Amino acid sequence: MKVIKEKHPLVMRWTHWVNFPILAIMIWSGLLIYWANDVYTITIFGHTFARFFPDWFYKALHIPSSLAEGMAFHFLFMWFFALNGFFYVLYTIFSGEWRLLLPNRRSFKEAWLVLLHDLHIRKTAPPQKKYNAAQRIAYTAIIIMGFGSLVTGLAIYKPVQLYWLAWLCGGYSFARILHFILTIGYVLFFIVHIIQVILAGWNNFRSVISGFEVEEIREPKENTTP
Amino acid sequence: MRWKRLFKRGPKKPLTVEQKIARRNFISFGTFFVLGGAAFGGWKWLLNSPVEQAGVTGHARKPLRRALNQTELFFRRIFSDKHLVRTYPKSMAARRVRVNSRIGMRDPAFRPEEWRLRVLRSGGEARSEPGGGPLTGPGGDLLTITIEEIRALPKTEIVYDFKCVEGWDQIQHWAGVRFSDFIQHFQLEEQAKKNYVGLETPDGKYYVGLDRESALHPQTILAYEMNDQPITDDHGAPLRLIIPVKYGIKNLKRIGTMTFSDTRPRDYWAEQGYDYYSGL
Repeated sequence: MKVIKEKHPLVMRWTHWVNFPILAIMIWSGLLIYWANDVYTITIFGHTFARFFPDWFYKALHIPSSLAEGMAFHFLFMWFFALNGFFYVLYTIFSGEWRLLLPNRRSFKEAWLVLLHDLHIRKTAPPQKKYNAAQRIAYTAIIIMGFGSLVTGLAIYKPVQLYWLAWLCGGYSFARILHFILTIGYVLFFIVHIIQVILAGWNNFRSVISGFEVEEIREPKENTTP
Repeated sequence: MRWKRLFKRGPKKPLTVEQKIARRNFISFGTFFVLGGAAFGGWKWLLNSPVEQAGVTGHARKPLRRALNQTELFFRRIFSDKHLVRTYPKSMAARRVRVNSRIGMRDPAFRPEEWRLRVLRSGGEARSEPGGGPLTGPGGDLLTITIEEIRALPKTEIVYDFKCVEGWDQIQHWAGVRFSDFIQHFQLEEQAKKNYVGLETPDGKYYVGLDRESALHPQTILAYEMNDQPITDDHGAPLRLIIPVKYGIKNLKRIGTMTFSDTRPRDYWAEQGYDYYSGL
């Protein structure tokens, strides 16, 4: 027998899907801005392992020479990004959802077991409530990252008026580096997130739009063999 | 048949689980795609929205320019004379100071020894002509100041992190007269009550507009020295603006004229789509 099991409240679905395009626009407009001074590399002992970013990458995405446009988009959508984030956090606090989201004492040990299970190294996963330990860590970390983007962004945006924020972020140029690393972090999160969603299947994906999952419950059989 | 059933009165049959699932899927996915489509349409509209009419500002799409101006109003509320840019010891100042632009400084007819700062106290045309033509019209009141007069005023030094709108920054050492001291000494207090200060290069090819509070900020300097030496030509000799509460684009080199107005003076980069305020 099929049963409807409520999973994601409307506010969480709403903020999730509002955030997705806003974050995409923030990353894109951020690239337009970053292009004007694209100095970051991963260089260890004089060997450059990665350059952010190669020319083909900029060309493919039509990034070059759009600094003014990038700033205009970035400083409009930053409002929506921040407001949507605050709305989500307030909701999780007042609804009590935070209890299911924040990692607890066991989470860090359990997350390892979840990882082993997901990689098909371990057969069973530890018991979980709505979110498993790895999800608790990931979904809390991403909110902290969002807050970090807001803080480092403000530190770069108004380094004189908000001098204390710039100080908190280790100075103007370090704040810019952190802001950039956080963005790379979102992209990596996104890749893992998409893979996990595909692996988890339709029922799970639907719950982020419809709010519920469908469960099969075995009906008690009337004829039992003697 | 279905429609008839829809309007038929009578006790409703409770929905089966399958029906409930189908119904909730339909409503939520329908809403999802309608809102998603609307959001996509809104985005397309914004991407292709009309570009503002070229004026004091230009090249930005109208809604985005409006957003920039509104955001300016919000952040101007946290502006304070007491918020100072962080300063550094002289030893940290760059020896090779970055030159990013020579716009407004390519006039071959420019003679540094003949340079004068021309301050328009009232009236006349608030715009200098390419080639450094006459600034005043009928009834204009022009004040002409030599570099010696400016050098005679109390000197203010600053070593701070210069920030370019492109994203780079560099610790630089500048010295000159504090803008507010300059205003006081030349008795321009009445003029400085206006909302904006306009600065232009002698050839009128580079120009910036500054809001009053930013211009009168205690760290805003009319600079004539860099690293304890007279400013070099590349950096805007003989007199340039150093305004740490703004991006580099507002730090005009080789100041030729100064005007005061209640409306925004023309601004080179605001005409190119950048935020007029560009405050830090």
